[in-house]
Amino acid sequence: MFAYIIRRALYALPILIGVNLITFALFFVVNTPDDMARMHLGMKRVTPEAVEKWKVEHGYDMPLLYNAAADGTAKVTDTIFFDKSVRLFVFDFGTSDSGRDIGQDISQRMWPSLAIALPVFVIGLMVYISFAMLLAFFRGSYLDLSGVILCVILMSISGLFYIIGGQYLFSKVFHLVPVSGYEPGWLAWRFVLLPIAIGVFAGIGASSRWYRTIFLEEINRDYVRTARAKGLPETRLLFRHVLKNAMVPILTGVVVVLPTLFMGNLILESFFGIPGLGSYTIDAIQNQDFAIVRAMVFLGSVLYILGLLLTDVSYTLVDPRIRLS
Amino acid sequence: MRAFPTLIRLHPGVIKLMLFLPLLMVMGSCTDQPWNSPYPPEQAGENILYSSFAERPNHLDPAQSYSSNEVVFTGQIYEPPLQYHFLKRPYQLEPLAAAQMPQAYYLDAEGKRLAGDSPVESIAISVYDIEIKPGVRYQPHPALARNEQGEYLYHDLQESDLKDINELRDFSATGSRELVAADYVYQIKRLAHPRLNSPILGLMSEYIVGLEDYADTLAKAHARQQQSQSADEPVYLNLADYPLAGVEVLDRYRYRVKIQGKYPQFVYWLAMPFFAPVPWEAERFYTQPGMKERNISLDWYPLGTGPYMLTVNNPNRQMILERNPNFHGEQFPLEGQPGDREAGKLTDAGRELPLIDKVIYSLEKESIPTWNKFLQGYYDVSGVSSDSFDQAIQIGGGGDVSLTPELRAKGIQLNTTVSTSISYMGFNMLDPVIGGDSERARLLRRAISIAVDYEEYISIFANGRGIPAQGPLPPEIFGHREGREGVNPYVYDWTGRGAERRPLEEARRLLAEAGYPDGRDVETGKPLALFFDTTGGGPDDSARLNWLRKQFSKLNIQLQIRATDYNRFQDKMRKGTAQIFQWGWNADYPDPENFLFLLYGNNSKAKDNGENASNYVNAEYDRLFERMKNMDNGSERQRVIDDMVEILRRDAPWVFGFHPKQFVLFHAWYHNAEANLMANNTLKYRRIDPQLRQELRTRWNQPVVWPLGLVALVLVMAVLPAVIGYRRHERQRALEARR
Repeated sequence: MFAYIIRRALYALPILIGVNLITFALFFVVNTPDDMARMHLGMKRVTPEAVEKWKVEHGYDMPLLYNAAADGTAKVTDTIFFDKSVRLFVFDFGTSDSGRDIGQDISQRMWPSLAIALPVFVIGLMVYISFAMLLAFFRGSYLDLSGVILCVILMSISGLFYIIGGQYLFSKVFHLVPVSGYEPGWLAWRFVLLPIAIGVFAGIGASSRWYRTIFLEEINRDYVRTARAKGLPETRLLFRHVLKNAMVPILTGVVVVLPTLFMGNLILESFFGIPGLGSYTIDAIQNQDFAIVRAMVFLGSVLYILGLLLTDVSYTLVDPRIRLS
Repeated sequence: MRAFPTLIRLHPGVIKLMLFLPLLMVMGSCTDQPWNSPYPPEQAGENILYSSFAERPNHLDPAQSYSSNEVVFTGQIYEPPLQYHFLKRPYQLEPLAAAQMPQAYYLDAEGKRLAGDSPVESIAISVYDIEIKPGVRYQPHPALARNEQGEYLYHDLQESDLKDINELRDFSATGSRELVAADYVYQIKRLAHPRLNSPILGLMSEYIVGLEDYADTLAKAHARQQQSQSADEPVYLNLADYPLAGVEVLDRYRYRVKIQGKYPQFVYWLAMPFFAPVPWEAERFYTQPGMKERNISLDWYPLGTGPYMLTVNNPNRQMILERNPNFHGEQFPLEGQPGDREAGKLTDAGRELPLIDKVIYSLEKESIPTWNKFLQGYYDVSGVSSDSFDQAIQIGGGGDVSLTPELRAKGIQLNTTVSTSISYMGFNMLDPVIGGDSERARLLRRAISIAVDYEEYISIFANGRGIPAQGPLPPEIFGHREGREGVNPYVYDWTGRGAERRPLEEARRLLAEAGYPDGRDVETGKPLALFFDTTGGGPDDSARLNWLRKQFSKLNIQLQIRATDYNRFQDKMRKGTAQIFQWGWNADYPDPENFLFLLYGNNSKAKDNGENASNYVNAEYDRLFERMKNMDNGSERQRVIDDMVEILRRDAPWVFGFHPKQFVLFHAWYHNAEANLMANNTLKYRRIDPQLRQELRTRWNQPVVWPLGLVALVLVMAVLPAVIGYRRHERQRALEARR
């Protein structure tokens, strides 16, 4: 398994270089270094000299990808792409174009994001699986049909509606929880209660339908019939055998998102005033802060690759037939 | 379909989980605070103002901060020499840190002192000697902390000293010292610092003697020092080692600024944070290795002498200003305008400032939660977004604006002020069709000026929040004229009901005179097509753009929208390739020069990278502008301004658009809400009644608990059929089932 992990890690290198190159190309197709300088310097009374100075100071005065004026390897290394990308591979995110240390910012903002994302993930998983199992158990009945209709209705409604409606009902009308805000530590519970509930509720429709499909496929297998014929109680049958055997498709969708949880949820965090990482990248794109954009895209890619690797490893844990070689 | 099978026995853990939520609610109710209060219970009844911000300020360094969302903070922390009187109108400067208003005196080219009324051409240098008040002290700050021997505690830090430091408040010791004139000189020198990229360096280099060369000197010194040390190590330049010709310290409390020629507007700059003091210790402290990596910088943790100091700077959540314990003291103005005393605006006259102990600004990215929290009493002041406009404001038949009954019942009050800004539609004067000095183009622009109905625009797109502009000068700016004599006669007629837009027939006649009868070029016979350059073009903008098309189509002119992204639009404007565009300007200071320079020929955006976005050039206008900018306010200056405005109205390089109106809502417990659009340090005058606020908040936010029971009931009802079905299924016998 170790050799497999090393090999996958090595495969990741060209992927990360590719991701970096695409991010770089997309960003600079839309924004030139001059645009970035003007955005950071403000729109009033900015002189061309100030723009040039900003570019020199932030290393945007070099050619983008190829430096024809340089000699030897400097043709590649004396470029914005090389200068801004190479340090990412040792996880040195450097400073944002506005002068903030990106690593420090990420480490501060990831905790509030986790305070929402982790409970939504864990509680959501429990609720969706339980509900899906219930529907699978009552398959073909009116209860199943009602549940599926409910799921379709829930998944047809925009997530924004749940947020605004939840805030309106539970905070504005019933005065039960704050509309928005955040306090660090345990005091955060009052602020995360509603976003967590909404996060979980908003996902019931789509997730439960997906899990129901997986369980229905599993519940019709021979071993389930055999177990039932042997008199195994239905709850034990579902939670011990069906769930365990349905784990591979579940893990495919679940483990991969685990490492990216701390990247936050843009809409929930924006509406509930959670100071997380959700809006970090979007704000950076709006402010034309390439340093943050490249750092966050790189980090996202690394975490996604890590998630895929973890998924593969987790398969071996739930299915002994799978061997990583 | 099968019948419901069976029943599940609720696991004790599930029951506990179901009880957990109400339990938490009950825990929350153990205080006097309403459950939905976003603030800790210990803040109840405290003299704290609660406000919000939507975007984090980019800069808090006074050499860099310029945007309105930045000066909200820097204005309270830093004290430039001058400030605007809180109540007097037209806006009036008065001393803040200065002992008295500085009076400029003039020197000729030989350095001889000239009389005050000398002609502008003879003035080579204007000299401002500024004296500051003694005894003013800085806020407590680690950069100023010293040991018993008088040595600075934190000016020679090693990496090991910083291992437990993550924020400024992690430094255990703080210190203070008296403000001296050298600190003001130091800050003016910082405007030229190569690391800071001050937005006003370009402008000030034209005026402050030697500042342009000084920037070069510092850039070279900076580069030299950077080469002599590691690339990651920050460069500290001791600016005291680099004299600046035009700025000098005269003694402990006096300094001198020399200005090229005559520039009376310089005093307005002396009321902005750019000219606030920065102690050299701050620069020394913040440029130590390891500080940048911890995001500890002057741009993040300001150091000033003002009534407030920034104690928490987490712009992703909260920014907190607290009363500066070393504040030198200032009193609420004893006088205002006639009628202010009767209106209750001088109730606090003579009281020590600031009147509020602490201000908590919370990040609110979305307008709906912000509005809801204002209605619940958790924010003291609010603007009116378009989402909540109908809920807050009702407009009567006569256009009169008032609050809705719901808001009035809560005791909420409304302040409306016409802002010192203008939103206009510009014509690029470099364009061969719409621009230039030909009579044909002039008539075409005037026809469009009549056709584009800005009264309708204000009504539809600004919810009536604005007044149509008759020229470039907004109300409250010297030179603006009200009533009949203020009307643009090329676009409006003066009637008994006030200014009325000229009829469309007039516009059509002008268009025909211009050679485009019925919107067709008389020479080519082709329909006239014009281009409107804009950003966006998404669904949000489509209504506005369609409206605009409709305005042009009244004259049978085809308006084609050229929507691009923001960067491309700016690029077009810089290159002068746009044709028609919408633009705006917000006053830096209350002088007509700050608006009329937007059309000064030497300030062209395409040629000189200036703020004249229309690239308008008119020799007579330019001559009058050069005369007007150096004049004192008075009838002579008014006459010159009238002539300038007449030239603009005739040439019509802009459709003058409108002056936006600012609507501010505030609760009954909020006092001294007077709007002062020039001053950025008005927080110290505001007052709140925390007891009334607490009482009303509690009354408005009584928790309604029955929905919790209802939710529980619905859950039980939903689960019950499943439970019954499951139990039945589990009790069924196989044979019975088959039968």
